[in-house]
Amino acid sequence: MSGMLLEIEGLHAEIDGKEILKGIDLRLPQGEVHAVMGPNGSGKSTLAYVLSGRDGYVVTAGRVLYQGRDLLALKTEQRACEGVFLAFQYPVEIPGVTGVTFLKTAVNAVRRYHGKGELDAMQFMKLARAKAKELGVPEEMLKRAVNTGFSGGEKKRYDALQAALLDPRLMILDETDSGLDVDALRMVAEGVERMRGPQRSMLVITHYQRILDYIRPDRVHVLVDGRIVDSGDRRLALELEKSGYASYQGKAA
Amino acid sequence: MSSGTAWDQSLRQEARSRFDRLGLPSRKNEAWHYTDLSQLDLAAYGLAEPMPAVIADPVALHLRNGFLCGVPPLPDGVTLERLEASAAGQALVGRLLPVDDRPVIALNAGLFTDAMVLRVAAGARVRAPVNILWESLADEGAVQFHQRLLVLLEQDAHLTLVETQRGQGPSFSTRVAEFQLAPAAVLQHVLVQDDSLDAVHLGSSAVVLAENSAYHGTLLQLGGRLARHELHALLDGSGALLSQRGATVALGRQHLDNTTRLVHRAPSCQSRQLFKTVLGDHGHGVFQGSVLVERSAQKTNAHQLSRALMLSDRAAMDNKPELEIYADDVKCGHGATIGDIDRQQLFYLQARGIDAPRARQLLIEAFLAEVLDPVTDPSLRRHLTALISARVSGLGAEAAV
Repeated sequence: MSGMLLEIEGLHAEIDGKEILKGIDLRLPQGEVHAVMGPNGSGKSTLAYVLSGRDGYVVTAGRVLYQGRDLLALKTEQRACEGVFLAFQYPVEIPGVTGVTFLKTAVNAVRRYHGKGELDAMQFMKLARAKAKELGVPEEMLKRAVNTGFSGGEKKRYDALQAALLDPRLMILDETDSGLDVDALRMVAEGVERMRGPQRSMLVITHYQRILDYIRPDRVHVLVDGRIVDSGDRRLALELEKSGYASYQGKAA
Repeated sequence: MSSGTAWDQSLRQEARSRFDRLGLPSRKNEAWHYTDLSQLDLAAYGLAEPMPAVIADPVALHLRNGFLCGVPPLPDGVTLERLEASAAGQALVGRLLPVDDRPVIALNAGLFTDAMVLRVAAGARVRAPVNILWESLADEGAVQFHQRLLVLLEQDAHLTLVETQRGQGPSFSTRVAEFQLAPAAVLQHVLVQDDSLDAVHLGSSAVVLAENSAYHGTLLQLGGRLARHELHALLDGSGALLSQRGATVALGRQHLDNTTRLVHRAPSCQSRQLFKTVLGDHGHGVFQGSVLVERSAQKTNAHQLSRALMLSDRAAMDNKPELEIYADDVKCGHGATIGDIDRQQLFYLQARGIDAPRARQLLIEAFLAEVLDPVTDPSLRRHLTALISARVSGLGAEAAV
C-alpha cells in the first residue's frame, strides 16, 4: 500500500445533466488533514456528496480509490461502515427519531458490518454517555429527536458525537463552519482536532480560512470551477484570505 | 333484544325506518363522497347471536359481537351500568349524536345490542386507564353487529379511556360512542381500530364539551378492509379544548377514512387536529375535516393538519378540509400534505451506516410517532408504539422498490 487513504483521479461528476466536477485529482495520505478551499459554486459540496454517495450525483469519468478499493462501487451506508464520515454543512432534523434510537442503530449497523456483535441498550448507553461527556454534549440531547430544535452549534457538536461513536478513517467536513459564531466554531474545531490521529485522515472543505486557524491542514487545495487549480501548504490558505479567489477564477475561465 | 325497554321503542323503530329509507350511503351523499358503501351487501352479514361465553378475570370491559361478556374491576369513582338500568343514560343516549339524516347512525340506533353507560363522579381523578375491548368473532360466517357506548364525565372528573376494536373474520360492525364532558372534566381517549382485515367497521365518536373541559383523542386506524371513523364535537362551553391526533396505516387494499366535524359554539375554545396517514400498496386514505365556527364563537383557535406519507404510486389519498367561519375574531388554519420519504433524512441516516430499508423503516415509524406525543402513560405509549410498529413492519424494505 502507498499509505494513501484516498486517491481521486480525473473525477468528473454532474447533477441534473450539469457538469460540476471537471476533473479532480487529489491524494490524501493516511493521517493527514487536507483543506479544500473554493468560492461558492466551485463544486465543494458536490465533491463531499460524491465521496459519500448521495443520490442524484452522476460520476461520468474518473475514479476514487479508498484504502486501495473502488469507493464509488459502494452504497452510501457501506461507505459509512467502511469508515467514511460526512460531517454535514447543515445536519438534518429528524423529528420522531430519538438520538438514542438513531445512534444505537448506526453504531450497531457498523458493528454488524464488521462482524462484531451488536451492543444492547445498556452497553450502548454506557458508551454514549462516556463519549457525550468527553465532548461536553448534554445527556439530555440524546433523548431528544435527532437535531430537532438544536442550535447551529448543538447540531455540529452532535455530529462530532456521532463521529466519536463511529470512529471513522476518513472525515469529510463539508463547510462545517457554516452558521457558527466564533465560540461555537472554536468548540467544534477543537472537537475535530481531538480526533486527529495517525489512523484518521480529514478533508476539510471550506470557503473561509478562519476554521483553519483551529484545524491546521497539512495541505491546502484550491478548488475553482470543478478543478483543483492550486495546492500548497498552510500558507496558501493565508494568501487566499488576503487575495481571494479572483485571480484563479480568471485562470479557470 | 335485551335493551328493549331501555332505548325508547319508538325511537328505535323510527331509526330503523329511517335507515330503511336512507339505505347505505353512496358517493351521492356528500359526507360519503370518498367512501361509497352502496356496493356493500348488508344482507350477507347475519345479525350476531348473543354470546353466552363469560370471560374469566377480564382486564377490559369486554364485548363480543356487541354482547357484554366481561366486566373488570373498575377504579374508584367510575361506575358502569347497562343503558336499560341507567336513567341518566336513557335521558342522553342519541342526544349528542342524533340520527337526523345519518344512515349509519340510524342503523346503529335501530339495532345496537348491549349499550353501556360509563360514568365518572365529580372530582374523581382516575389514574389507571379504563379499557374497553370490542371484539368481533366471525368464525361461523359473516356477521353484523352494532355497538353503543355512553360516557359521562361529571364536573372536574378526569379519565383515561382506551377502546380497542379487534376481531377475526368477515364482519360488518358499527360503533357509536357519545361523550359528555361537564365543566372542567378531562378525557384522554385512545381508540384503536385494529379490526380484522376482512372487516367493515364504521365508528363514530361524539363529544360535547362544557366550559373549560378538555378532550384529548388519540386514534389509531390500523385494521379493517374498509373502515371509517367520524369524530363529531361540539365545543359548547367557553375555554374548552379539543385535541385529536390520528395515525392511519392503509396497506393492501385497505380503505380507511377519518372524518371530523367540529362545531365551535362557545367563545375562547381551541381545537387542534393532526392526522397522519401512511399509505402502501393499493391503500386508500381519506381525511375530511370540517370545522364550523359559529357567530357566537369569538376568540376561537382552530387548526387542522393532515399529512400523508405515500409509499406506493398505486396508493391514493383524498384530503378535504372545510372551514366555515361566521365569527370575525378567530384564528383558524388548515393544511394538507402528501409526500414521499424525505430524501435528505434518508441520506443522513445512510451516511451513518444505516441501510436504506432500515432507514426508511425508522422514518416511517417516526412519521407516525408524533401522534403519540400526548400519551404520557409510559406503558400505554409502549403498547401503542408496538401496535404501530407491528403494522408498518417490513414497509421500509418494500418501499425500496
